[in-house]
Amino acid sequence: MTSGIYIESIGLVGPGLPDWPHAAGVLAGRTAYVPARTAPPPAAGLPPAERRRSSAAVKIALAAGLEAVAASGREVSTLATVFSASSGDGHNFHAICETLASDERQLSPTRFHNSVHNAPASYWSIATRSMTPSNVLCAYDGSFAAGLFESACQVVADRVPTLLIVYDTDYPEPLHAVRPIDDGFGLAMVLSPDAGLTAIARIDVRLTDAPPTLLASAKLDALRRGNPAARALPLLEALAVRRATNVVLDYLPDTRMQVGIAFSDNFSAKAGR
Amino acid sequence: MLGALRFQRGGLTPCNFERADLATWIGAVDGVDSVQMRPDLAKFNCRNNRLAQLGLEQDRFAEHVHAAIARYGADRVGVFIGTSTAGILETEQAYGRRDPETGALPADFRYEHTHNPYSSAAFVRRYFALLGPAMVVSSACSSGAKVFGSARRAIDAGLIDAAIVGGVDSLCLTTLYGFNSLELLSPEPCRPFDTARNGISIGEAAAFAFVERMPGNQTLADDAILFFGIGESSDAHHMSSPHPEGLGARMAIEQALASAGLAADDIDYINLHGTATPSNDSAESRAIRGLFEQTPCSSTKGATGHTLGASGALEAVVSAIALRHRLIPAGINTTQPDPDLVLDYVLTSRDAPVQLVLSNSFGFGGTNCSLILGRAERFRS
Repeated sequence: MTSGIYIESIGLVGPGLPDWPHAAGVLAGRTAYVPARTAPPPAAGLPPAERRRSSAAVKIALAAGLEAVAASGREVSTLATVFSASSGDGHNFHAICETLASDERQLSPTRFHNSVHNAPASYWSIATRSMTPSNVLCAYDGSFAAGLFESACQVVADRVPTLLIVYDTDYPEPLHAVRPIDDGFGLAMVLSPDAGLTAIARIDVRLTDAPPTLLASAKLDALRRGNPAARALPLLEALAVRRATNVVLDYLPDTRMQVGIAFSDNFSAKAGR
Repeated sequence: MLGALRFQRGGLTPCNFERADLATWIGAVDGVDSVQMRPDLAKFNCRNNRLAQLGLEQDRFAEHVHAAIARYGADRVGVFIGTSTAGILETEQAYGRRDPETGALPADFRYEHTHNPYSSAAFVRRYFALLGPAMVVSSACSSGAKVFGSARRAIDAGLIDAAIVGGVDSLCLTTLYGFNSLELLSPEPCRPFDTARNGISIGEAAAFAFVERMPGNQTLADDAILFFGIGESSDAHHMSSPHPEGLGARMAIEQALASAGLAADDIDYINLHGTATPSNDSAESRAIRGLFEQTPCSSTKGATGHTLGASGALEAVVSAIALRHRLIPAGINTTQPDPDLVLDYVLTSRDAPVQLVLSNSFGFGGTNCSLILGRAERFRS
């Protein structure tokens, strides 16, 4: 188990959830959930050519990441980053595989650029001029937990603040039949080894074989199951309602991640690490 | 591999891969198609995982890992695998077999266990029946080096005691035609750091290492290879071109030295990223010349081709062989080292008292990673 990991801020873009304050209201039951297609803003900070080429995954990752950084008050270029996604841009893979199955087979450079799993991480570093280390991960449906695991290790082992950005986007047919993701979802959090003045919660993580925590709302639980990045929602719900608790998130088929959550009313006493 | 490094043999051949109608050379691993997947792993069957299984079963690696797992416990050993395209070749082939009426992919196509990047780590974890954390690192050509960083952090954080790290990437049309679209494929066997270098040769590889927390000094085996340090950075420059001054690369090297508590002149040999594109080798040289005086260096990609997401792990293994067998391996194919680049590009393999090696891996999208490996006696001193 790790301890001494503080969540400073959150960013979020999802279907009918334009940002974290709105999503927190929905998760806390203060605002009705009205599903709508995910509509990330244009990718901020990129030169025109890169902005034109940026996929939904890039836009979602940038929007969620920038929201989290702004809310933390930190200088963006000082944060190490962890990106995690189950898959890259499904529309781009579809176009590549269609071209390669044809007699022509010539790809465009942009198609190839956008096919690499680290495209959003690269666009992030270009947009923010950040030269800090960036790790880019995948663990299929457990990609959020894998990203949180890596971020937790950075915070605990190296005692550095880090920005976690997790996202996944929709797949078109015929790939949709084998990877049924309908819409994009992304979230980001700034994690720190110190409570500072702004931390919203303290967490610890450990692996478990307990079953995953479900959401009471059927619509929100469908969202959780429908996009690997949204497997974070039980954690986000506990943060939205400020409930000190343990949640279990999907990770690997036989192994899940338990996240313990504590709030400032009680973490100062326990934070003596 | 020791023999190939010592006697300067390479594995590049003219491209005859599947439907790749390209005037280039490739580094294909022999016998991948005839590998029989272990029956309980049949659902993972694809070129990438066949290559992974072939790799795990070389050099008694699997036997050593099984013994270590028995020592540590299946939940205390992590899996960190680098790949860029995993089994995307399966999807490319499935698109050639779509239902002409509906456009549907064939019923036997399995996305999760082949194309998805995580399939590479899932395969290794299942192969050893592990129960600990696992993830794939997919940051293009730095993936196979960055896994060492993730494993190190997880061990230092106390979440695991040991890890299987590695890189697996296999030939596919996406990368062959992708690099062709960028006009980065050499029509000849690639010649890193040569005045006439003109692009990469794509290869494939599965390379693995077992890393564990440092034992007490007295129990450290004489032939142990130590992971001294690592540096990671981002270029923040361009999707497919390196920073022209090699700034991100230099930051990664400096951090690796700092994390190891070493100075540049402690390094006995540098295994270069050295892809043989004009811009990569030039940027890497600027980074190296800013820090090192005349350290012997070479790129082994002339022998293996650029194995992309596996290259960092493959070249960590090359570095370990150089250390264990006290060898400085030559960069083959290169005949006229570019005098504007590094000062001591090694053209003939030679025995040398190598104690510390720096291995560079710089990826597409400006992702940089440098590893420092060393011999046990260097640590004791």
